[in-house]
Amino acid sequence: MELSSAPIPPLGPEDHVRGEGEPIVVYADLGCPHCAAAWLEISSRPAAIAFRHFPVASKHPRSPALHAAAEAAGMQGTFFAMVDSLYADRAHVDDPHLWERVERLGLELGRFDEDRRSAAVAARVRRDFESGIRAGVTGTPAVFDLQCRGDA
Amino acid sequence: MIAAGEPAPDFTLRDQDGKEVSLSDFKGRKVLLVFYPMDFSPACSDQLSIYQEVKPEIAEKGVEMLGISVDHPYAHKAFQEKLGVDTTLLADFEPKGAVSKAYGSYLDGLGFANRTLVLIDEDGTVAWAHESPSLGEIPGANLIFDALAA
Repeated sequence: MELSSAPIPPLGPEDHVRGEGEPIVVYADLGCPHCAAAWLEISSRPAAIAFRHFPVASKHPRSPALHAAAEAAGMQGTFFAMVDSLYADRAHVDDPHLWERVERLGLELGRFDEDRRSAAVAARVRRDFESGIRAGVTGTPAVFDLQCRGDA
Repeated sequence: MIAAGEPAPDFTLRDQDGKEVSLSDFKGRKVLLVFYPMDFSPACSDQLSIYQEVKPEIAEKGVEMLGISVDHPYAHKAFQEKLGVDTTLLADFEPKGAVSKAYGSYLDGLGFANRTLVLIDEDGTVAWAHESPSLGEIPGANLIFDALAA
């Protein structure tokens, strides 16, 4: 596994992007209280906001499960709805709470549970995490403005 | 700060469990020393938490990672538990900061070490050293892998 320095990957088809405008990338931890507080402000910016997974499991043991849940919700078209929901209420993050959220979002529960436990989802989350490590992320949320102003 | 090519000063310090750990215990293996200011300061927590997440990849490269600060083993134990990390934490406690001073990481007047990373090769020579330009700046884990790839 190569984790040496590398620039932040540009937005790609796999990225979860919401909004329109200049691209910004946010490396965030769904178990992190600072991220939850910052998310309201960040997500209200007039920009194309890419959310990249950066779960720090040692610090927030529940984070990997939450990132997998967001990814699984994304496979049913509701990635940002799940992220917003998790940040809006950080006190209900056990499995039964996740199932309630899934129900509220109108998702198929069986599929959600299968997806969030899949190796593919874990690998997808880890890929974002590693790109953050390679870019030198040492805390969350880490926000990067990807716009290159000299580029005309 | 100590520089690449210099011999790494040997030391014996107690870890979070009070067990003595010497640099020479790791002869034949690479060692990464992570000097940090103190247990329980918010930024340190992030630093060791982030490194914990890539500890398997560091171990894969044959490197033993050791955290060092001027705190007592009891504080280290509580800090380890608070962070949920299993990185060995060494107590540069008595005489205070002696090892940090030997590596040129100690900040006189402040009473603790700067954030300094020191990679020591298999025969006990410093291969790479990095000192944070400011206390608030955490060296990214990518720098460790850059040094290992060099």
